[in-house]
Amino acid sequence: MTTPLLIQLTYLAASISFILGLKYLSSPETARRGMFLAEIGMLMAIVGTLLNREIVSYEWIIIGMLIGTLAGGAIAIWTPMTAMPQRTALSHAFGALAATLVGIAEYYTHGAALGPVKISAIGLECMFGALTFTGSLMAAAKLQELMRGSPITFKGQNFFNIALFTFILGLVIYLVLSPASGFIFYLMLALCTLFGILLVLPIGSADMPVVISLLNSYAGLAGSATGFVLSNNVLIIAGALDGASGLLLSILMCKAMNRSIMNVLFGAFGQAPSGSAAVPAQAAEGPTRTVKKLSVDEAAEMLLISRSVIVVPGYGMAAAQAQHGVRECAELLKGQGTKVRYAIHPVAGRMPGHMNVLLAEANVPYDELIDMDDINAEFPEADVALVMGANDVTNPAARHDTQSPIFGMPILDVDKAKTVIVCKRSMKPGFAGIDNELYLNPVTFMLFGDAKSTAEKLAEALKQKQAVSK
Amino acid sequence: METNTLMTGLYVFVLAAFIGYMVISRVPPLLHTPLMSATNAISAISVVGALLAAGSEHNTLSTVLGCTAVASAMTNVIGGFMITDRMLKMFKKDKGKG
Repeated sequence: MTTPLLIQLTYLAASISFILGLKYLSSPETARRGMFLAEIGMLMAIVGTLLNREIVSYEWIIIGMLIGTLAGGAIAIWTPMTAMPQRTALSHAFGALAATLVGIAEYYTHGAALGPVKISAIGLECMFGALTFTGSLMAAAKLQELMRGSPITFKGQNFFNIALFTFILGLVIYLVLSPASGFIFYLMLALCTLFGILLVLPIGSADMPVVISLLNSYAGLAGSATGFVLSNNVLIIAGALDGASGLLLSILMCKAMNRSIMNVLFGAFGQAPSGSAAVPAQAAEGPTRTVKKLSVDEAAEMLLISRSVIVVPGYGMAAAQAQHGVRECAELLKGQGTKVRYAIHPVAGRMPGHMNVLLAEANVPYDELIDMDDINAEFPEADVALVMGANDVTNPAARHDTQSPIFGMPILDVDKAKTVIVCKRSMKPGFAGIDNELYLNPVTFMLFGDAKSTAEKLAEALKQKQAVSK
Repeated sequence: METNTLMTGLYVFVLAAFIGYMVISRVPPLLHTPLMSATNAISAISVVGALLAAGSEHNTLSTVLGCTAVASAMTNVIGGFMITDRMLKMFKKDKGKG
Protein backbone atom coordinates (compact mmCIF):
# COMPACT_ATOMS: atom_id res chain seq x y z
CA MET A 1 0.00 0.00 0.00
CA THR A 2 2.86 2.39 0.58
CA THR A 3 4.16 2.29 -2.99
CA PRO A 4 1.25 4.25 -4.53
CA LEU A 5 1.66 6.88 -1.82
CA LEU A 6 5.39 7.06 -2.51
CA ILE A 7 4.72 7.50 -6.22
CA GLN A 8 2.23 10.29 -5.53
CA LEU A 9 4.78 11.99 -3.29
CA THR A 10 7.41 11.96 -6.04
CA TYR A 11 4.82 13.62 -8.30
CA LEU A 12 4.15 16.27 -5.68
CA ALA A 13 7.88 16.91 -5.30
CA ALA A 14 8.24 17.15 -9.07
CA SER A 15 5.41 19.72 -9.27
CA ILE A 16 7.03 21.86 -6.60
CA SER A 17 10.44 21.63 -8.25
CA PHE A 18 8.99 22.71 -11.62
CA ILE A 19 7.34 25.81 -10.19
CA LEU A 20 10.45 26.75 -8.20
CA GLY A 21 12.59 26.09 -11.25
CA LEU A 22 10.57 28.58 -13.29
CA LYS A 23 10.66 31.08 -10.44
CA TYR A 24 14.46 30.95 -10.42
CA LEU A 25 14.39 31.83 -14.13
CA SER A 26 13.53 35.40 -13.14
CA SER A 27 17.26 36.15 -12.93
CA PRO A 28 20.18 34.88 -14.99
CA GLU A 29 22.16 34.37 -11.78
CA THR A 30 19.78 31.82 -10.29
CA ALA A 31 18.46 30.34 -13.54
CA ARG A 32 20.84 27.38 -13.79
CA ARG A 33 20.20 26.40 -10.18
CA GLY A 34 16.46 26.45 -10.87
CA MET A 35 16.80 24.22 -13.89
CA PHE A 36 18.89 21.76 -11.90
CA LEU A 37 16.05 21.60 -9.39
CA ALA A 38 13.53 20.94 -12.17
CA GLU A 39 15.78 18.18 -13.55
CA ILE A 40 15.84 16.45 -10.17
CA GLY A 41 12.04 16.72 -10.02
CA MET A 42 11.74 15.13 -13.46
CA LEU A 43 14.10 12.31 -12.48
CA MET A 44 12.09 11.62 -9.32
CA ALA A 45 8.81 11.52 -11.24
CA ILE A 46 10.25 9.08 -13.79
CA VAL A 47 11.74 6.78 -11.16
CA GLY A 48 8.49 6.97 -9.20
CA THR A 49 6.47 5.95 -12.25
CA LEU A 50 8.72 2.98 -12.92
CA LEU A 51 7.77 1.65 -9.47
CA ASN A 52 4.13 1.54 -10.56
CA ARG A 53 2.71 -2.00 -10.42
CA GLU A 54 0.88 -1.53 -13.70
CA ILE A 55 4.23 -1.65 -15.42
CA VAL A 56 5.05 -5.29 -15.99
CA SER A 57 7.67 -5.23 -18.71
CA TYR A 58 10.61 -2.92 -19.10
CA GLU A 59 12.13 -3.83 -22.45
CA TRP A 60 10.07 -1.40 -24.56
CA ILE A 61 10.53 1.30 -21.98
CA ILE A 62 14.29 0.88 -22.09
CA ILE A 63 14.31 0.94 -25.89
CA GLY A 64 12.18 4.09 -25.99
CA MET A 65 14.27 5.82 -23.35
CA LEU A 66 17.50 4.93 -25.08
CA ILE A 67 16.31 6.31 -28.43
CA GLY A 68 14.95 9.47 -26.80
CA THR A 69 18.09 10.07 -24.77
CA LEU A 70 20.36 9.68 -27.78
CA ALA A 71 18.17 11.86 -30.00
CA GLY A 72 17.71 14.53 -27.34
CA GLY A 73 21.40 14.59 -26.47
CA ALA A 74 22.42 14.85 -30.11
CA ILE A 75 19.99 17.69 -30.74
CA ALA A 76 21.11 19.54 -27.62
CA ILE A 77 24.81 19.27 -28.42
CA TRP A 78 24.77 20.01 -32.13
CA THR A 79 22.01 22.58 -32.62
CA PRO A 80 23.55 25.96 -33.44
CA MET A 81 22.05 28.90 -31.55
CA THR A 82 20.75 30.45 -34.78
CA ALA A 83 18.65 27.30 -35.27
CA MET A 84 17.07 27.51 -31.81
CA PRO A 85 13.61 28.47 -33.19
CA GLN A 86 13.52 25.35 -35.39
CA ARG A 87 14.66 23.21 -32.49
CA THR A 88 11.96 24.63 -30.29
CA ALA A 89 9.30 24.05 -32.93
CA LEU A 90 10.51 20.45 -33.33
CA SER A 91 10.39 19.86 -29.60
CA HIS A 92 6.79 21.13 -29.53
CA ALA A 93 6.10 18.54 -32.22
CA PHE A 94 7.71 15.76 -30.14
CA GLY A 95 5.82 16.76 -27.00
CA ALA A 96 2.52 16.91 -28.86
CA LEU A 97 3.23 13.57 -30.55
CA ALA A 98 3.87 11.90 -27.19
CA ALA A 99 0.58 13.26 -25.78
CA THR A 100 -1.37 12.18 -28.86
CA LEU A 101 0.07 8.66 -28.86
CA VAL A 102 -0.72 8.21 -25.18
CA GLY A 103 -4.26 9.36 -25.91
CA ILE A 104 -4.64 6.91 -28.80
CA ALA A 105 -3.27 4.04 -26.67
CA GLU A 106 -5.72 4.86 -23.87
CA TYR A 107 -8.66 5.02 -26.24
CA TYR A 108 -7.66 1.83 -28.06
CA THR A 109 -7.21 -0.08 -24.81
CA HIS A 110 -10.20 1.10 -22.78
CA GLY A 111 -12.56 2.59 -25.38
CA ALA A 112 -16.04 3.48 -24.20
CA ALA A 113 -15.32 2.10 -20.72
CA LEU A 114 -13.49 5.35 -19.90
CA GLY A 115 -16.70 7.30 -19.34
CA PRO A 116 -17.69 10.69 -20.75
CA VAL A 117 -15.26 12.81 -18.69
CA LYS A 118 -12.16 10.93 -19.76
CA ILE A 119 -13.39 10.60 -23.32
CA SER A 120 -13.74 14.37 -23.60
CA ALA A 121 -10.27 14.76 -22.11
CA ILE A 122 -8.90 12.27 -24.66
CA GLY A 123 -10.71 14.16 -27.41
CA LEU A 124 -9.10 17.46 -26.41
CA GLU A 125 -5.72 15.81 -25.84
CA CYS A 126 -5.67 14.26 -29.30
CA MET A 127 -7.10 17.38 -30.93
CA PHE A 128 -4.48 19.75 -29.52
CA GLY A 129 -1.78 17.11 -29.80
CA ALA A 130 -2.37 16.25 -33.45
CA LEU A 131 -2.73 19.81 -34.69
CA THR A 132 0.31 20.95 -32.70
CA PHE A 133 2.31 18.04 -34.10
CA THR A 134 1.80 18.86 -37.76
CA GLY A 135 1.64 22.62 -37.17
CA SER A 136 5.00 22.57 -35.40
CA LEU A 137 6.56 20.44 -38.11
CA MET A 138 5.36 23.02 -40.64
CA ALA A 139 6.75 25.87 -38.58
CA ALA A 140 10.09 24.07 -38.24
CA ALA A 141 10.21 23.46 -42.00
CA LYS A 142 9.54 27.14 -42.68
CA LEU A 143 12.17 28.26 -40.19
CA GLN A 144 14.75 25.81 -41.53
CA GLU A 145 13.84 27.14 -45.00
CA LEU A 146 12.97 23.65 -46.22
CA MET A 147 9.91 25.33 -47.64
CA ARG A 148 9.00 28.87 -48.67
CA GLY A 149 8.78 31.20 -45.70
CA SER A 150 6.19 33.44 -47.32
CA PRO A 151 2.49 32.93 -46.62
CA ILE A 152 0.82 30.28 -48.78
CA THR A 153 -2.80 31.21 -49.37
CA PHE A 154 -5.75 30.04 -51.41
CA LYS A 155 -9.19 31.40 -52.04
CA GLY A 156 -11.67 30.90 -49.21
CA GLN A 157 -8.87 29.79 -46.87
CA ASN A 158 -10.17 31.44 -43.72
CA PHE A 159 -13.67 30.19 -44.32
CA PHE A 160 -12.39 26.67 -44.98
CA ASN A 161 -10.18 26.64 -41.86
CA ILE A 162 -12.93 27.90 -39.57
CA ALA A 163 -15.42 25.44 -41.05
CA LEU A 164 -12.96 22.58 -40.60
CA PHE A 165 -12.25 23.54 -37.00
CA THR A 166 -15.97 23.77 -36.21
CA PHE A 167 -16.45 20.35 -37.76
CA ILE A 168 -13.61 18.94 -35.61
CA LEU A 169 -15.20 20.37 -32.46
CA GLY A 170 -18.48 18.80 -33.56
CA LEU A 171 -16.74 15.42 -33.87
CA VAL A 172 -15.28 15.75 -30.35
CA ILE A 173 -18.76 16.43 -28.95
CA TYR A 174 -20.20 13.52 -30.95
CA LEU A 175 -17.45 11.29 -29.57
CA VAL A 176 -18.35 12.22 -25.99
CA LEU A 177 -22.00 11.36 -26.66
CA SER A 178 -21.24 8.05 -28.34
CA PRO A 179 -17.77 7.05 -27.13
CA ALA A 180 -17.75 3.64 -28.81
CA SER A 181 -17.54 5.05 -32.35
CA GLY A 182 -13.88 4.45 -33.14
CA PHE A 183 -14.35 5.72 -36.68
CA ILE A 184 -15.23 9.21 -35.40
CA PHE A 185 -12.16 9.20 -33.17
CA TYR A 186 -9.75 8.35 -35.97
CA LEU A 187 -11.50 10.72 -38.40
CA MET A 188 -11.06 13.50 -35.86
CA LEU A 189 -7.36 12.63 -35.51
CA ALA A 190 -6.83 12.73 -39.26
CA LEU A 191 -8.64 16.05 -39.65
CA CYS A 192 -6.61 17.56 -36.79
CA THR A 193 -3.33 16.65 -38.45
CA LEU A 194 -4.65 18.31 -41.60
CA PHE A 195 -5.83 21.35 -39.66
CA GLY A 196 -2.37 21.80 -38.09
CA ILE A 197 -0.85 22.07 -41.57
CA LEU A 198 -3.52 24.48 -42.81
CA LEU A 199 -3.13 26.63 -39.71
CA VAL A 200 0.56 27.38 -40.30
CA LEU A 201 0.46 27.44 -44.12
CA PRO A 202 -0.69 31.09 -44.44
CA ILE A 203 1.70 32.42 -41.79
CA GLY A 204 4.91 34.12 -42.91
CA SER A 205 8.39 33.80 -41.37
CA ALA A 206 8.13 37.25 -39.78
CA ASP A 207 5.21 36.07 -37.66
CA MET A 208 6.95 32.92 -36.47
CA PRO A 209 7.67 34.26 -32.94
CA VAL A 210 3.89 34.38 -32.33
CA VAL A 211 3.23 31.00 -33.91
CA ILE A 212 5.95 29.26 -31.92
CA SER A 213 4.60 30.71 -28.70
CA LEU A 214 1.06 29.72 -29.61
CA LEU A 215 2.09 26.15 -30.46
CA ASN A 216 3.95 26.06 -27.15
CA SER A 217 0.69 26.88 -25.46
CA TYR A 218 -1.22 24.19 -27.39
CA ALA A 219 1.42 21.57 -26.57
CA GLY A 220 0.94 22.49 -22.91
CA LEU A 221 -2.83 22.12 -23.17
CA ALA A 222 -2.40 18.69 -24.78
CA GLY A 223 -0.15 17.70 -21.86
CA SER A 224 -2.68 18.98 -19.35
CA ALA A 225 -5.47 17.01 -21.02
CA THR A 226 -3.28 13.90 -20.75
CA GLY A 227 -3.23 14.58 -17.02
CA PHE A 228 -7.04 14.55 -16.93
CA VAL A 229 -7.11 11.28 -18.86
CA LEU A 230 -4.67 9.57 -16.49
CA SER A 231 -5.96 11.40 -13.37
CA ASN A 232 -2.42 12.58 -12.81
CA ASN A 233 -1.96 16.00 -11.22
CA VAL A 234 1.71 16.52 -12.07
CA LEU A 235 0.81 16.27 -15.76
CA ILE A 236 -2.03 18.75 -15.31
CA ILE A 237 0.31 21.17 -13.51
CA ALA A 238 3.21 20.90 -15.95
CA GLY A 239 0.83 21.27 -18.88
CA ALA A 240 -0.80 24.32 -17.31
CA LEU A 241 2.62 25.92 -16.71
CA ASP A 242 3.57 25.30 -20.34
CA GLY A 243 0.22 26.57 -21.58
CA ALA A 244 0.43 29.73 -19.47
CA SER A 245 3.96 30.51 -20.58
CA GLY A 246 3.07 30.00 -24.23
CA LEU A 247 0.03 32.23 -23.90
CA LEU A 248 1.99 34.96 -22.12
CA LEU A 249 4.74 34.93 -24.74
CA SER A 250 2.18 35.00 -27.57
CA ILE A 251 0.60 38.10 -26.06
CA LEU A 252 4.00 39.78 -25.62
CA MET A 253 5.02 38.99 -29.20
CA CYS A 254 1.70 40.24 -30.59
CA LYS A 255 2.09 43.48 -28.63
CA ALA A 256 5.62 43.88 -29.99
CA MET A 257 4.26 43.63 -33.52
CA ASN A 258 1.09 45.60 -32.77
CA ARG A 259 -1.13 42.80 -34.05
CA SER A 260 -3.81 40.63 -32.54
CA ILE A 261 -3.52 36.86 -32.46
CA MET A 262 -6.51 36.69 -34.80
CA ASN A 263 -4.71 38.97 -37.23
CA VAL A 264 -1.58 36.81 -37.20
CA LEU A 265 -3.56 33.60 -37.74
CA PHE A 266 -6.00 34.86 -40.32
CA GLY A 267 -4.40 38.04 -41.63
CA ALA A 268 -2.01 36.72 -44.28
CA PHE A 269 -4.16 38.25 -47.02
CA GLY A 270 -3.97 41.95 -46.37
CA GLN A 271 -0.27 41.98 -45.64
CA ALA A 272 1.45 41.46 -48.97
CA PRO A 273 -0.67 43.82 -51.11
CA SER A 274 -0.68 46.68 -48.61
CA GLY A 275 3.10 46.33 -48.21
CA SER A 276 3.85 46.51 -51.92
CA ALA A 277 1.36 49.34 -52.39
CA ALA A 278 3.20 51.43 -49.82
CA VAL A 279 6.53 51.26 -51.65
CA PRO A 280 5.73 53.37 -54.73
CA ALA A 281 3.84 55.90 -52.62
CA GLN A 282 6.89 56.54 -50.47
CA ALA A 283 9.36 56.42 -53.33
CA ALA A 284 7.42 59.19 -55.06
CA GLU A 285 7.97 61.66 -52.24
CA GLY A 286 11.50 60.40 -51.55
CA PRO A 287 13.83 62.38 -53.84
CA THR A 288 13.75 65.56 -51.71
CA ARG A 289 16.16 63.95 -49.25
CA THR A 290 19.25 61.97 -50.09
CA VAL A 291 21.05 59.04 -48.62
CA LYS A 292 24.47 59.82 -47.10
CA LYS A 293 27.15 57.19 -47.49
CA LEU A 294 30.01 56.51 -45.12
CA SER A 295 33.28 54.58 -45.39
CA VAL A 296 34.49 52.15 -42.75
CA ASP A 297 37.26 54.59 -41.83
CA GLU A 298 34.85 57.46 -41.30
CA ALA A 299 32.57 55.24 -39.25
CA ALA A 300 35.52 54.27 -37.03
CA GLU A 301 36.40 57.96 -36.50
CA MET A 302 32.82 58.70 -35.52
CA LEU A 303 32.72 55.86 -33.04
CA LEU A 304 36.07 56.82 -31.50
CA ILE A 305 34.96 60.34 -30.62
CA SER A 306 31.62 59.28 -29.14
CA ARG A 307 31.06 58.72 -25.45
CA SER A 308 27.94 56.62 -25.66
CA VAL A 309 27.14 54.06 -28.36
CA ILE A 310 23.98 51.97 -28.68
CA VAL A 311 24.19 48.95 -30.97
CA VAL A 312 20.87 47.95 -32.56
CA PRO A 313 21.17 44.34 -33.70
CA GLY A 314 18.67 42.64 -36.01
CA TYR A 315 18.28 39.15 -37.34
CA GLY A 316 20.37 40.15 -40.38
CA MET A 317 23.40 40.50 -38.11
CA ALA A 318 22.88 37.07 -36.59
CA ALA A 319 22.21 35.41 -39.94
CA ALA A 320 25.52 36.81 -41.22
CA GLN A 321 27.31 35.66 -38.04
CA ALA A 322 28.49 39.26 -37.55
CA GLN A 323 27.91 39.29 -33.78
CA HIS A 324 31.51 38.34 -32.96
CA GLY A 325 32.86 41.24 -35.03
CA VAL A 326 30.36 43.60 -33.44
CA ARG A 327 31.35 42.45 -29.98
CA GLU A 328 35.01 43.05 -30.83
CA CYS A 329 34.20 46.65 -31.85
CA ALA A 330 32.29 47.08 -28.61
CA GLU A 331 35.21 45.74 -26.56
CA LEU A 332 37.63 48.16 -28.26
CA LEU A 333 35.32 51.09 -27.58
CA LYS A 334 34.75 50.05 -23.97
CA GLY A 335 38.51 49.84 -23.58
CA GLN A 336 38.75 53.60 -24.10
CA GLY A 337 35.86 54.36 -21.74
CA THR A 338 32.95 54.55 -24.17
CA LYS A 339 29.63 53.34 -22.84
CA VAL A 340 28.31 50.58 -25.10
CA ARG A 341 24.87 49.02 -24.85
CA TYR A 342 22.71 46.84 -27.09
CA ALA A 343 19.07 47.72 -27.78
CA ILE A 344 16.96 44.59 -28.05
CA HIS A 345 13.55 44.72 -29.73
CA PRO A 346 11.23 41.90 -28.57
CA VAL A 347 10.95 40.52 -32.11
CA ALA A 348 14.60 41.02 -33.07
CA GLY A 349 15.02 37.27 -33.70
CA ARG A 350 12.82 34.44 -34.87
CA MET A 351 11.51 33.52 -31.42
CA PRO A 352 11.00 35.32 -28.10
CA GLY A 353 14.37 36.34 -26.63
CA HIS A 354 16.34 34.87 -29.53
CA MET A 355 18.62 37.90 -30.02
CA ASN A 356 19.74 37.82 -26.38
CA VAL A 357 20.86 34.22 -26.73
CA LEU A 358 22.74 34.95 -29.96
CA LEU A 359 24.61 37.86 -28.37
CA ALA A 360 25.28 35.97 -25.16
CA GLU A 361 26.80 33.22 -27.31
CA ALA A 362 29.15 35.86 -28.77
CA ASN A 363 30.25 36.65 -25.20
CA VAL A 364 28.35 39.90 -24.87
CA PRO A 365 27.75 40.40 -21.13
CA TYR A 366 24.02 40.25 -20.42
CA ASP A 367 23.96 43.49 -18.42
CA GLU A 368 24.65 45.32 -21.70
CA LEU A 369 21.56 43.82 -23.37
CA ILE A 370 18.76 46.31 -22.72
CA ASP A 371 15.08 45.78 -23.55
CA MET A 372 13.29 48.21 -25.82
CA ASP A 373 11.22 49.84 -23.06
CA ASP A 374 14.31 50.66 -21.01
CA ILE A 375 16.67 51.77 -23.77
CA ASN A 376 14.29 54.01 -25.71
CA ALA A 377 14.61 56.86 -23.21
CA GLU A 378 18.39 56.78 -23.68
CA PHE A 379 18.64 57.22 -27.44
CA PRO A 380 18.63 61.06 -27.25
CA GLU A 381 21.77 60.82 -25.06
CA ALA A 382 23.56 58.43 -27.41
CA ASP A 383 26.24 59.90 -29.66
CA VAL A 384 25.99 57.05 -32.13
CA ALA A 385 23.32 54.43 -32.74
CA LEU A 386 24.89 51.62 -34.76
CA VAL A 387 22.17 49.68 -36.58
CA MET A 388 23.34 46.22 -37.64
CA GLY A 389 20.90 44.29 -39.80
CA ALA A 390 17.79 45.67 -38.13
CA ASN A 391 15.22 47.35 -40.34
CA ASP A 392 11.48 47.49 -39.70
CA VAL A 393 11.90 47.77 -35.93
CA THR A 394 13.76 51.08 -36.46
CA ASN A 395 11.35 52.65 -38.98
CA PRO A 396 9.96 55.95 -37.60
CA ALA A 397 7.00 55.58 -39.97
CA ALA A 398 5.53 53.25 -37.35
CA ARG A 399 5.02 56.31 -35.12
CA HIS A 400 3.37 58.79 -37.49
CA ASP A 401 2.51 57.33 -40.90
CA THR A 402 -1.02 55.99 -40.57
CA GLN A 403 -0.74 54.57 -44.11
CA SER A 404 2.23 52.38 -43.25
CA PRO A 405 1.53 48.67 -42.69
CA ILE A 406 3.69 48.81 -39.58
CA PHE A 407 1.92 51.86 -38.14
CA GLY A 408 1.48 51.52 -34.38
CA MET A 409 4.19 48.88 -33.95
CA PRO A 410 6.47 49.75 -31.03
CA ILE A 411 9.92 50.61 -32.42
CA LEU A 412 13.37 51.47 -31.15
CA ASP A 413 13.74 55.27 -31.19
CA VAL A 414 16.97 55.07 -33.17
CA ASP A 415 16.22 58.29 -35.08
CA LYS A 416 16.47 60.28 -31.83
CA ALA A 417 20.19 59.52 -31.42
CA LYS A 418 22.66 62.31 -32.26
CA THR A 419 23.99 60.31 -35.19
CA VAL A 420 22.91 57.02 -36.71
CA ILE A 421 25.11 54.60 -38.63
CA VAL A 422 23.19 51.96 -40.53
CA CYS A 423 25.16 48.94 -41.69
CA LYS A 424 23.28 47.30 -44.52
CA ARG A 425 23.95 45.34 -47.67
CA SER A 426 21.78 47.56 -49.89
CA MET A 427 18.75 49.82 -49.78
CA LYS A 428 16.54 46.75 -50.13
CA PRO A 429 13.46 46.91 -47.88
CA GLY A 430 13.05 44.44 -45.00
CA PHE A 431 10.53 41.75 -44.10
CA ALA A 432 7.45 43.94 -44.32
CA GLY A 433 8.49 45.09 -47.79
CA ILE A 434 8.46 48.80 -46.97
CA ASP A 435 11.07 51.55 -47.25
CA ASN A 436 12.65 52.76 -44.05
CA GLU A 437 12.57 56.54 -43.75
CA LEU A 438 15.28 56.35 -41.11
CA TYR A 439 17.77 56.04 -43.99
CA LEU A 440 16.79 59.49 -45.29
CA ASN A 441 17.11 61.10 -41.86
CA PRO A 442 19.60 64.05 -41.87
CA VAL A 443 21.73 62.45 -39.11
CA THR A 444 21.78 58.98 -40.68
CA PHE A 445 24.84 57.63 -42.50
CA MET A 446 24.74 54.42 -44.50
CA LEU A 447 27.60 51.98 -44.23
CA PHE A 448 27.01 49.63 -47.15
CA GLY A 449 28.33 46.09 -47.11
CA ASP A 450 27.93 42.61 -45.74
CA ALA A 451 27.39 42.75 -41.96
CA LYS A 452 30.11 40.26 -41.09
CA SER A 453 32.95 41.69 -43.17
CA THR A 454 31.94 45.27 -42.33
CA ALA A 455 32.00 44.54 -38.60
CA GLU A 456 35.41 42.89 -38.93
CA LYS A 457 36.81 45.78 -41.00
CA LEU A 458 35.40 48.24 -38.50
CA ALA A 459 37.12 46.45 -35.63
CA GLU A 460 40.39 46.48 -37.58
CA ALA A 461 40.07 50.23 -38.29
CA LEU A 462 39.30 50.95 -34.63
CA LYS A 463 42.36 48.97 -33.54
CA GLN A 464 44.70 50.83 -35.92
CA LYS A 465 43.38 54.27 -34.98
CA GLN A 466 43.61 53.51 -31.27
CA ALA A 467 47.21 52.32 -31.73
CA VAL A 468 48.10 55.56 -33.58
CA SER A 469 46.60 57.82 -30.95
CA LYS A 470 48.57 56.03 -28.22
CA MET B 1 -16.84 9.84 -7.78
CA GLU B 2 -15.80 10.80 -11.28
CA THR B 3 -17.19 14.31 -10.88
CA ASN B 4 -15.01 14.73 -7.80
CA THR B 5 -11.85 13.71 -9.64
CA LEU B 6 -12.76 16.00 -12.51
CA MET B 7 -13.38 18.98 -10.25
CA THR B 8 -10.15 18.43 -8.34
CA GLY B 9 -8.36 18.21 -11.66
CA LEU B 10 -9.94 21.45 -12.87
CA TYR B 11 -8.99 23.23 -9.63
CA VAL B 12 -5.41 22.02 -10.00
CA PHE B 13 -5.36 23.15 -13.63
CA VAL B 14 -6.73 26.63 -12.97
CA LEU B 15 -4.52 27.27 -9.95
CA ALA B 16 -1.42 25.98 -11.73
CA ALA B 17 -2.20 28.20 -14.73
CA PHE B 18 -2.47 31.22 -12.42
CA ILE B 19 0.78 30.41 -10.65
CA GLY B 20 2.41 29.80 -14.01
CA TYR B 21 1.23 33.14 -15.32
CA MET B 22 2.47 34.99 -12.21
CA VAL B 23 5.83 33.27 -12.07
CA ILE B 24 6.48 33.48 -15.78
CA SER B 25 5.50 37.14 -16.12
CA ARG B 26 8.51 37.86 -13.90
CA VAL B 27 10.96 36.17 -16.25
CA PRO B 28 12.84 38.96 -18.08
CA PRO B 29 12.72 39.08 -21.91
CA LEU B 30 16.47 38.38 -21.71
CA LEU B 31 15.65 34.77 -20.79
CA HIS B 32 12.56 34.15 -22.92
CA THR B 33 14.25 31.63 -25.21
CA PRO B 34 15.60 29.52 -22.32
CA LEU B 35 12.17 29.89 -20.69
CA MET B 36 10.48 28.35 -23.67
CA SER B 37 12.87 25.42 -23.83
CA ALA B 38 12.56 24.97 -20.06
CA THR B 39 8.76 24.83 -20.03
CA ASN B 40 9.02 22.51 -22.98
CA ALA B 41 11.28 20.16 -21.06
CA ILE B 42 9.00 20.37 -18.04
CA SER B 43 5.88 19.54 -20.02
CA ALA B 44 7.71 16.46 -21.29
CA ILE B 45 6.60 15.03 -17.94
CA SER B 46 3.99 13.39 -20.17
CA VAL B 47 6.72 10.74 -20.36
CA VAL B 48 4.99 9.44 -17.22
CA GLY B 49 1.88 8.57 -19.23
CA ALA B 50 4.01 7.13 -22.00
CA LEU B 51 5.87 4.86 -19.56
CA LEU B 52 2.58 3.46 -18.29
CA ALA B 53 1.37 2.81 -21.83
CA ALA B 54 4.64 1.19 -22.89
CA GLY B 55 5.06 -1.04 -19.87
CA SER B 56 1.50 -2.20 -19.13
CA GLU B 57 1.30 -4.94 -21.78
CA HIS B 58 -2.39 -4.28 -22.48
CA ASN B 59 -2.00 -5.00 -26.18
CA THR B 60 0.67 -4.74 -28.87
CA LEU B 61 -0.61 -1.49 -30.32
CA SER B 62 -0.48 0.44 -27.07
CA THR B 63 2.97 -0.98 -26.33
CA VAL B 64 4.25 0.25 -29.68
CA LEU B 65 2.53 3.63 -29.36
CA GLY B 66 3.79 3.89 -25.78
CA CYS B 67 7.35 3.08 -26.81
CA THR B 68 7.26 5.77 -29.53
CA ALA B 69 5.75 8.20 -27.02
CA VAL B 70 8.50 7.40 -24.49
CA ALA B 71 11.12 8.06 -27.18
CA SER B 72 9.64 11.42 -28.22
CA ALA B 73 8.99 12.61 -24.66
CA MET B 74 12.48 11.53 -23.58
CA THR B 75 13.93 13.50 -26.51
CA ASN B 76 12.34 16.58 -24.98
CA VAL B 77 13.37 15.77 -21.42
CA ILE B 78 17.04 15.27 -22.26
CA GLY B 79 17.24 17.71 -25.18
CA GLY B 80 15.17 20.38 -23.45
CA PHE B 81 17.08 20.45 -20.19
CA MET B 82 20.51 20.10 -21.81
CA ILE B 83 19.93 22.90 -24.30
CA THR B 84 18.43 25.17 -21.64
CA ASP B 85 21.54 24.70 -19.58
CA ARG B 86 23.75 25.26 -22.61
CA MET B 87 22.03 28.61 -23.19
CA LEU B 88 21.99 29.68 -19.55
CA LYS B 89 25.71 28.95 -19.28
CA MET B 90 26.36 31.59 -21.95
CA PHE B 91 24.74 34.42 -20.00
CA LYS B 92 27.63 36.07 -18.19
CA LYS B 93 28.05 39.40 -16.47
CA ASP B 94 30.81 41.78 -17.48
CA LYS B 95 33.72 40.81 -15.22
CA GLY B 96 34.87 44.37 -14.60
CA LYS B 97 37.32 44.48 -17.49
CA GLY B 98 37.75 47.70 -19.43
